[in-house]
Amino acid sequence: MTAEPKGVLTGTHELSGSQACAEGALAAGCRFLCVYPIVPAKDVSERFFARAKEVGATFVQMEDEISALAVVLGASWTGKKSMTVTSGPGFSLMMEHVGLGVMLETPCVIIDIQRVGPSEGLPNSPSQGDIMQARWGSHGDYEVIALSPNSPQEMFNLTIKAFNLSEKYRTPVMIMSDAAVARMKEEVIIPPANQIKIEPRRYFKGPKEKYLPYKWGEDLVPPMVNIGEGYRFHVTGLTHNEKGYPVMSDECQELNVHRLVNKIRRNAEKIVEVEENKTDDAEIIVVSYGITSKVALKAVDQARKNGIKVGHLRLITVWPFPDKRISELAKRTRGFVVPEMNYGQIAFELERCSHGEANVAFVHCKGKEVDDLKNIFHAIRNLLTEKTGREEIIEYRNE
Amino acid sequence: MSTEMSKEERHPIESWLRMDRIPHIWCPGCGIGTTLTAVIAALEKIEANPDEVCVVSGIGCTGRAAGYLKFDSFHTTHGRAIPFATGIKLANPKLKVMVISGDGDLVAIGGNHFVHAARRNIDLTVICVNNFIYAMTGGQVAPTTPLTAYSTTSPYGNFEPPANIPRLAEAAGAVYVARWTALHVRRLTKSIVEAIQKPGFSVVEVISPCAQYYSRINRLGDGLDMMKFYHQNSLIKHMEPTENLDIQYQEQIIVGKFVDRERVPFTELQKEGCN
Repeated sequence: MTAEPKGVLTGTHELSGSQACAEGALAAGCRFLCVYPIVPAKDVSERFFARAKEVGATFVQMEDEISALAVVLGASWTGKKSMTVTSGPGFSLMMEHVGLGVMLETPCVIIDIQRVGPSEGLPNSPSQGDIMQARWGSHGDYEVIALSPNSPQEMFNLTIKAFNLSEKYRTPVMIMSDAAVARMKEEVIIPPANQIKIEPRRYFKGPKEKYLPYKWGEDLVPPMVNIGEGYRFHVTGLTHNEKGYPVMSDECQELNVHRLVNKIRRNAEKIVEVEENKTDDAEIIVVSYGITSKVALKAVDQARKNGIKVGHLRLITVWPFPDKRISELAKRTRGFVVPEMNYGQIAFELERCSHGEANVAFVHCKGKEVDDLKNIFHAIRNLLTEKTGREEIIEYRNE
Repeated sequence: MSTEMSKEERHPIESWLRMDRIPHIWCPGCGIGTTLTAVIAALEKIEANPDEVCVVSGIGCTGRAAGYLKFDSFHTTHGRAIPFATGIKLANPKLKVMVISGDGDLVAIGGNHFVHAARRNIDLTVICVNNFIYAMTGGQVAPTTPLTAYSTTSPYGNFEPPANIPRLAEAAGAVYVARWTALHVRRLTKSIVEAIQKPGFSVVEVISPCAQYYSRINRLGDGLDMMKFYHQNSLIKHMEPTENLDIQYQEQIIVGKFVDRERVPFTELQKEGCN
C-alpha cells in the first residue's frame, strides 16, 4: 500500500525538523492530532493544524498531556491514524497512557521533542534526557519502539516509519527527537505519494461472531477492528484474556505480558536500524543518536585524519536496542565512546551489551555546546591510552 | 445461562449484556446494576442501534460497567474515560458515545477532564454513579462524601466539603444535567433518554447505595435500607437552581432535571471553525 496523495506535499521544501515531522505524519496517513501546548514541541502541532483543513485531518487541543494521549488512543480505535506531540514535562504526564496504549495494543505515534530537565528545566534547550523514560517510564513490564532522527529529512522519513511500525506491531511508537533537530532547517525531499510505502492496519477478516480482540497468531500481533462496525468488542487495561475480558490470575498475566514483550523482542532484529561508518577496522567506536550523531561524525572524521582508527555507529532505533550488534562489536574493539546530551543513559546500554569486553566512555554534551568536539576527542584518547599506553595519539584541533 | 433455554425464558435485557461475564462483581444492594438496567432501557426506548453505541468507563466499581454492556466498550485508566471517549467521538462523530463511571473517577482524578469536556460541549452522555465513597479500594473518603460521614480515611468524620456534581456540570457548560437515585428507575431512564438525545455534554448523576462500605461504615443498614431512605428523603424539584443541590449527611436529597439548554456541540463548532 502507498500513501494517500492528499496528505503528501511532494517536492523539495526548506523545512524545519518540526515541520518535516508534521509533513511525515500527514504523508503517513495521520488524520488525527491531539496535543497540549508545550515548547519546543508546539512547532510540530502548529504545522499540522495549519495543514489539517486541506488534508481533511482532525485536531484538538486538550487540557493536559494525560488527556491528549487518551484522546489519541480513543481516536485510533475508530480506525484513524493518530498522533500526539510533546516535550519533557508533557512526556512525563503521558506515561500513564503509554501503558494503556501498550496494554490495549493501540497503534499511535508519540513525538517527544526533548528539552532539558528535570522538571521545567530549560524549555528551549535540546536534550536527550528522556531516552530511558521512553523505555521504562510507565509502570509494569513492556517493550517499546522508539526512533531517533538526526535531521529534518529523517524527521520526515522516520515519522512515516513510526506509523508503519505502530500498525505492524500494534503498539505506540515514539519519535525521540530534540529541540536542536526540531529547529534545524534544511531541504527536505518529499517523494511522490506512490513511492511512500504505508503499512495498512491489520484488520480481522473473519465472521463478526468469531472476533476475539486478543487472539494472536504466529507473529503475536492480533488483528484489530474499528469501533462502530458491529463487532461489539470489549477491551480493558486490566490483565485480560483473548476475549479482552479481565482475568485476575497470574497465569493470564504471564500469557498476556509475555506476548506483549515478545512481540517486540522476537522481532527486534527486524525493527532495529543502525547506521555504521568505518566500524570494520575501528579500535574505538563512537555510538550516538539524534543530534549528537552529527557532532560524533565530525569527531570521527577528524580522528581518522589523525590516523586513529575510529568508527561510528548511529542508533536510528533507540528501542529496541541493537544488543546483538553491540555485543559483536564489543568483541573486536577497544571501547565505545558515547556522547549524549544527558548524564549517561544509552551509555549504560553499551556497558550492558559489552559484557565487560570493551570499555565504555560516556561523554556529557551540554545543550548549547553540543557542537564542541573536544570532549569526544578526549574520551577517544583516554580510552586508547588506557588500553595501549600510547600517549601521543591525538591533539584536539578546533577547526 | 444455558443456550437451550427458549427465547421466552431469557431475561429481557440479555441481548444488551455480555452474558458470558455474568455474574457481575457488584455487591448485593449496590445501585450500579439498577443504573445499567436504566441505561439499557433508555437505549431500547430510543431504538438505538447497538452497533453504533460505544461505552467508555474509567476505574472503580462503576468502571466495570463497560465490561458488562455488549457494545464496543472500553475499560480505560482512572479518571480518563472522558478524554478517551472524546477521542472516539471526534474521530467518528456518528457514534453515540457514553461514559459510565463513578464519582471518584469523574470528579476527583478526572475532574479536570469533566470540566473541560463540559466547556467544549463534547457530545457525550455521562452517567455518574455517586455512592459517596471510593468503594473498589475499600471505602476511602471521596470528593462527594457528605460532611461528618465516616470512611476508612475519614475516621473522625469527613471535614472536606463535598462536590455538588450538578452545579459543577452546569457551571462548566453541560447542556443537560439531572440527578436521580437508584430508586427512581423510571425517571432515571427518562433522563438518560433525554441525555442521549441531547446534542452536547449531558450529565446524569445517580445517587447509589454502597451497602458494603458507605452504609456499613456509617451504620446505615443494607441496600434496602438505603432505598427506603431515598424513598423517604428524595424531593423532586425540577429546574431547582443547582446551588441548592449540596448533599448533607442523611438529609434530604433534591432530585430532578436541573439543566436543559442549548449550546452548539463541539463537533459542529469544529466543522464551522474549519470552513
